[in-house]
Amino acid sequence: MSPILEAHGLVKRYGHVTALDGADFELLPGEILAVIGDNGAGKSTLIKALSGALVPDEGRILLDGRPVHFHSPADARRAGIETVYQDLAVAPALDIAANLFLGREVRRKGVLGKVFRLLDTRRMQSEADAHMRDLKIGIGSMSQAVETLSGGQRQGVAVARSAAFARHVVIMDEPTAALGVKESGMVVDLIREVRERGLPVILISHDIPTVFDVADRIHIQRLGRRVAVVGPGDVDMAEAVAIMTGAAPGNTTRRD
Amino acid sequence: MPETTSTEPSGPAVADRAGRSRDAAAAVARFAAVPTVGPLAALLLACLFFSLSTDRFLTGGNLSLVVQQVMEVGTLAVGQTVVILTAGIDLSNGAVMAFGTIVMTRLAVGGDVPAPLAIVIGVVVCAAFGAVNGGLVTMARLPSFIVTLGTLNIAFALTHIYSHEQTVTGLPKALTALGETFPLGDTDVTYGSVVMLVLFAVAWYVLRFTAAGRHVYAVGDNPEAARLTGVSTRRLLITVYTVAGAVYGLAGLLLVGRTTVGDPQAGQTDNLDSITAVVLGGVSLFGGRGSIVGVLFGALIVGVIRNGLQLMGVASVYQVLITGILVILAVGVDRLARRRRQ
Repeated sequence: MSPILEAHGLVKRYGHVTALDGADFELLPGEILAVIGDNGAGKSTLIKALSGALVPDEGRILLDGRPVHFHSPADARRAGIETVYQDLAVAPALDIAANLFLGREVRRKGVLGKVFRLLDTRRMQSEADAHMRDLKIGIGSMSQAVETLSGGQRQGVAVARSAAFARHVVIMDEPTAALGVKESGMVVDLIREVRERGLPVILISHDIPTVFDVADRIHIQRLGRRVAVVGPGDVDMAEAVAIMTGAAPGNTTRRD
Repeated sequence: MPETTSTEPSGPAVADRAGRSRDAAAAVARFAAVPTVGPLAALLLACLFFSLSTDRFLTGGNLSLVVQQVMEVGTLAVGQTVVILTAGIDLSNGAVMAFGTIVMTRLAVGGDVPAPLAIVIGVVVCAAFGAVNGGLVTMARLPSFIVTLGTLNIAFALTHIYSHEQTVTGLPKALTALGETFPLGDTDVTYGSVVMLVLFAVAWYVLRFTAAGRHVYAVGDNPEAARLTGVSTRRLLITVYTVAGAVYGLAGLLLVGRTTVGDPQAGQTDNLDSITAVVLGGVSLFGGRGSIVGVLFGALIVGVIRNGLQLMGVASVYQVLITGILVILAVGVDRLARRRRQ
């Protein structure tokens, strides 16, 4: 199976600090790939490069085998890569449908939409409802303000937004970091639902048990490089942590 | 925008009835939570009080006068509202408006510029001031409070330099036309009042029914979320400040219409008066919440209190006193509502 998203030899330097030091990356179709690593291992820099939030100094990124160059998150989004952020990137005062379609609002057809820029609120509400149902997120009304939802439900809105518009990849950057245990469980179920719909997921997480629970493969990042790719059944958590911290060797060699 | 709650009719009748009373309670709570209800209630109370206290208040002529007296501040408040919804504030609007009026009147009277063109130039100058505000807020990432405090002083100084401290008189008809009245039944209504109401209506439509309006709310509510979801926050903010500037220019035209002169001393407290109207209208100074319709009520509350107390023969400082108390009450209510949400 050829990778849907891959990166080769990514380098990113900030002054003296080398955040990415020739990092490789591979996401296969239909999988949940977890990315773990200690603080400073370069996971968030890697993810930012893949989601267009920063431009790497060196290296190549290929989407579906074709090279891509993202200069902004909007570029990545246009290419079909959507990102869910840890800090609940929703507008609390707006309702669920408005949040789902924020920045991608649907206007009425004809003169009302073209000249008067009138929004098709009803259509956005019913589509939002369909997306939320699709992911089995039970929320009564799409005209409810997001601030009336729990943290888990809010993240549900963010996940639904990404899943609704992603054509190739959903990136989830610590989606459970701001949530309690029960709420995290809800979001983990959502991650599986997204995979069931055929969208591969990149999951960045500190939560090793969750990673072992949900991931198909685990990318281990250390000192700006990928040092190992393991299956959750091949190693145990202690071994994974050992690779992460450098106490055990990884299983991938660096390609220069 | 609470409009629809559709729950499938399922389950036994008892549960259905319980659900229905819960729906009713929710409907009442939703009604009370509509941001315009408070300001409207306050406005109606003030009107009721003055109707009972003086028989001259509730006449067509007097009510028309109230609207006419608030037309510049109300118009300024339209621009101010949009800026405040993005979690900014505009202290420069009164001074920018005053500069606009001096530009229009001096060009038309001494500058041999046709009056309509002078009006357009005045409005464009105000819009340019707005663009500078928006540019500094977004590009230089300065707080809007500081930026507009600076442009307030610049506009004030330019007004006095350009006018040579002279009031411009003898204006051509085009400049004062909006101060004229037309009969509506047996009441005379000022054209400028209609212009203000139309501006409120347009702002209401844009804020409520277009993507741009939603983005204004989103940027004030959570700018990071807006940016991450693909809203071009910079472009939006620059547009907001620029359009607000153009609206201040129109407010200047209304002011010229009402006073029939170009007065360099005009509008010096209008910035604070427009903020008062916005706050009384239930718009949150923290951004992202509130309705422009409430702001119209807020502007009218100030006008009604001033007018009513005048009719009762109460000294005008009491109007200022009451307005001050109302502002603090309104901000307090916003604060409380905010705390409850968190």
